[in-house]
Amino acid sequence: METATLNNTSPKSNFKSEEYFINMGPQHPATHGVLRLLLTIDGEIIKKVEPDLGYIHRSIEKMCEKDSYQQIVHLTDRMDYLSSHINNEAVCLAVENALELEVPERVQVIRTILGELTRLSSHMLWWGVMGMDVGALTTYFYGFRDREMINDIFEETCGARLTMNYNIPGGLMHDIHPNFVKRVKEFIAHFKTKLPEYDRLLTGNVIFQKRTKGVGILSKEDAINFGASGPVARASGYSCDVRKYHPYSALDKVNFKEALDTAGDSFARYTVRIREMWESLSIIEQLIDNIPEGEHKVATNAVIKLPKGDFYQKVETARGELGVYIISTGTKNPHRVKFRSPGLSNLSLLNHIAVGGKIGDLVATMATIDIVVPDIDR
Amino acid sequence: MSYFSEIYDGIKTLLTGMSVTGKYFLNSRKGAITQQYPDNRDTLQMFDRFRGEVVMPHDENNEHSCTGCQKCELACPNGSIEIIWDRVVDEETGKKKKIIDQHIYHLGMCTQCGLCVDACPSDAIKWAQNFENSVYDRTQLTRVLNKPGSKVRAGVEE
Ligand code: SF4
Ligand code: SF4
Repeated sequence: METATLNNTSPKSNFKSEEYFINMGPQHPATHGVLRLLLTIDGEIIKKVEPDLGYIHRSIEKMCEKDSYQQIVHLTDRMDYLSSHINNEAVCLAVENALELEVPERVQVIRTILGELTRLSSHMLWWGVMGMDVGALTTYFYGFRDREMINDIFEETCGARLTMNYNIPGGLMHDIHPNFVKRVKEFIAHFKTKLPEYDRLLTGNVIFQKRTKGVGILSKEDAINFGASGPVARASGYSCDVRKYHPYSALDKVNFKEALDTAGDSFARYTVRIREMWESLSIIEQLIDNIPEGEHKVATNAVIKLPKGDFYQKVETARGELGVYIISTGTKNPHRVKFRSPGLSNLSLLNHIAVGGKIGDLVATMATIDIVVPDIDR
Repeated sequence: MSYFSEIYDGIKTLLTGMSVTGKYFLNSRKGAITQQYPDNRDTLQMFDRFRGEVVMPHDENNEHSCTGCQKCELACPNGSIEIIWDRVVDEETGKKKKIIDQHIYHLGMCTQCGLCVDACPSDAIKWAQNFENSVYDRTQLTRVLNKPGSKVRAGVEE
């Protein structure tokens, strides 16, 4: 009897593991914004990840219903703030398609150049933060250093560094700045020497590869099932680049390769983005020397009224496919606006790929999904 | 064997990375983008399109070109602009004419979207480049853009 009690209280038999909850966020720096993750963990091993959303919900879709079509554009700046130009473009294209308005070629080319610059700046920030999430602080400074040049280009031409609101239905708010072409060329020359440094600093690093290779594997089927898009889906071998399949603006005039990988792990998502940066550089190079002359906008009515019906436009932001769905009843405000944001679908697969991994790997995996929380909550 | 080759790889890639950082360490001033704000306030030049806050330029006769058409108020997505206007009888023509009493601008609500400046038909408002807007009390962020006693420049029509 005595021995049995002793046995029961001995440290060995009593030391059984138990699952427990911890909160990650909403103010955890590694969640890149106000995202709260409810983790069920067993020691270091993740059993379940439940994202808790809504901390930065601003009801943008509802706000759109009271705004005119010109005013909607600036709200989309605040969704995925790292792709704000591309978001603006999506709304403008939707409105222009509904009005059957043909924008001048000059506008299309400028929009595409600015869109690719936005993608580059977003990927640079992602690269810096990605390094930081796996413990390399230097990348953060290098990423931001190169991004500064793009921000200057935006500030000079559009008037703002992040929330540009440079697109209007019918064209651009003003013409490009006289320095624009010169600055973009300077940037391309500069960044072509810096991008190989990114590889030498981080991509080839053994520690980084060990942290990312074989971690957070997403299969092609799951990528499709979860509705993933953008670099996350392309790293799993799912070819889904909207720029290729439904080219908009001047994207049908340029040659570029869709960055694809089949491994589906964190490292594949990383290399896909690095390759996308090279492609974006080449797109800008093809266009920057032949910006056609012409007007920077076509006149629209001061009060834009869309015809009755529903209109959909999708574009490829830095994170994936952004869809803008407008239902119009023929008045000056939309009846309903729905944004299909890439971030929400990409976040939904986090639980699927993080379960079974370690907490440290969750941070690295999340970095490669490249979450922007205001895009998820809207 | 693989144990040693891994150590070798680790050191090799570490040195590759450090050759990049070392280059910048030795040339730390070259290509630096850090600005010594606020020490450089006197020389800091913002881009001329930078959207800081909306202002209404007045000329030396204390005249502006705002006709009170309210197009900026309509264009604003969040009600940051309020125009208080009146009608007065024009002495020459004898017709009633709209004039502004106050052009009120709430900087605290403004999202710097630029739609109002774009909408103004007489270029009465434009962007100022200052960005140091912190105040102790938010009521100070509500500004009346037309100066006291100012009037609309002759010849500016609605
Ligand atoms: S910039 Fe935009 S938000 Fe600010 S006052 Fe003008 S229209 Fe309104
Ligand atoms: S500032 Fe311009 S748009 Fe606004 S009321 Fe005056 S003239 Fe009209």
